[in-house]
Amino acid sequence: MLTVVIIALIKVAVVLVVLLLMIAYLTWLERKLLAHFQVRLGPMRVGPHGLLQPIADGLKLLFKEDVTPSGVNKVIYTLAPILSFVPAFMVFAVIPFGDKIFLFGRSIDLVISDFNMGILYIFAVASLGVYGIVLAGWSSNNKYSLLGGLRSSAQMVSYEVSLGLSVIGVLMLSESLSLVDIVRSQDTIFNWYIFRQPLGFIIFLICAIAETNRLPFDLPEADNELVAGYYTEYSSMKFAMFYLGEYANMINASAIATTLFLGGWQGPWLPPVVWFFLKLFTFLFLFIWLRATLPRFRYDQLMRFGWGILLPLALLNIFITGIVMVW
Amino acid sequence: MQFFIFLIVSIILVVASILVIVQRNPVVSALFLIAALCAQAILYLLLNATFLAVIQIIVYAGAIMVLFLFVIMLLNLRKDEFGFEKRKAQRFFGILFAILLLVELGVVIKIGLSKIPSTEFSLDPDFGGVQSIGKALFTDYLLPFELTSVLLLVAMVGAIVLAKKKL
Repeated sequence: MLTVVIIALIKVAVVLVVLLLMIAYLTWLERKLLAHFQVRLGPMRVGPHGLLQPIADGLKLLFKEDVTPSGVNKVIYTLAPILSFVPAFMVFAVIPFGDKIFLFGRSIDLVISDFNMGILYIFAVASLGVYGIVLAGWSSNNKYSLLGGLRSSAQMVSYEVSLGLSVIGVLMLSESLSLVDIVRSQDTIFNWYIFRQPLGFIIFLICAIAETNRLPFDLPEADNELVAGYYTEYSSMKFAMFYLGEYANMINASAIATTLFLGGWQGPWLPPVVWFFLKLFTFLFLFIWLRATLPRFRYDQLMRFGWGILLPLALLNIFITGIVMVW
Repeated sequence: MQFFIFLIVSIILVVASILVIVQRNPVVSALFLIAALCAQAILYLLLNATFLAVIQIIVYAGAIMVLFLFVIMLLNLRKDEFGFEKRKAQRFFGILFAILLLVELGVVIKIGLSKIPSTEFSLDPDFGGVQSIGKALFTDYLLPFELTSVLLLVAMVGAIVLAKKKL
């Protein structure tokens, strides 16, 4: 019993540290890639090729003055960044990032918890992430924040529906809700759900980008209309927490896409963990690439696209999958 | 261990539920309702109803309450617009229904207590899982299930018709 608890705690600690490091260097990667897309160099001064830039940024944010504007609801204003930060880090608890490994004579699953409803757990936790944004917008006593918060709640609730429905095809084929089983059912490359569920994959990807508030769906922040949206009034560590949450969500979306559609950690020659991270970074690269390429949606286009196109397509996907399975 | 979790979660649930109705600020009230719903989900987990617990969070805490907050924020009610003047009839009916509810609760608890088996009973391993609930919904409870969905659809259509005079 005790060893089980200790192993679980070690896994949690390792995942948290790796996740935080990944977030730090994701900001560096994003700035670098964006710079090169735009024929610039990006951060070059702090360390070789700006490699120490994330650490400098982190320290700067930590030592900045924490400003609380007048007229805010203090408790909710402080609670909001925590509410957007915590769920983002809870998602990784059910994502398998490698095969069983043998250490000190015992086999260890490289997943914090093989919950038999892993995918539903992810949706449950992710659906709580909206509150941080909504409450930040409401409590800041600023019209831009409020508009950003309202937009984001509408956007995230709308796209959550299609996101959930796009995954159902995968669940039908794998006949399981556990992410470990879903990975195991994609043992050869032809069984990867990206090939067996192409429509589901595309819908999932679009909805995941919308859920993480990234371009072309970054309407909650829309700099030129809303200053910075829901976190206009935030500074110092509270601001950093929103950023951490946002980047953690990006990594989560990539990890879920990898697990559901690209066969998770499965792959030849290289060790499973390496495969997992390679696939993860493919998606992260795609996220950044899209940001550098596409302009932002207009608000009415966003809503019409979500409800009018993605939702019917997701339902059609379930219908087709059902027909093919019964055949 | 389980009993301790039950105790803590129940206290949170009761306190949060009371705070929902005591709070004057509708946003804070809604937040406590979310807390209460999450505590309820943990109670479901303790009862081995995993699926129900997760769905509770996805549907109630994650989707419906977001829409509640959305509406509250859009209306942005001030305290004086609330109409807190207490009408006599309101008070009378409030007390009446409170008494009715308490009586009903008492009856339900009395019936329920007599039905608790005195010995330990073993649970089906898939109890509360997706398969068993899905099977129950689509075989034994198919009619109530479909009727509920029709009811929800009617409610939705009604809301749209009321909100939009010109379709």
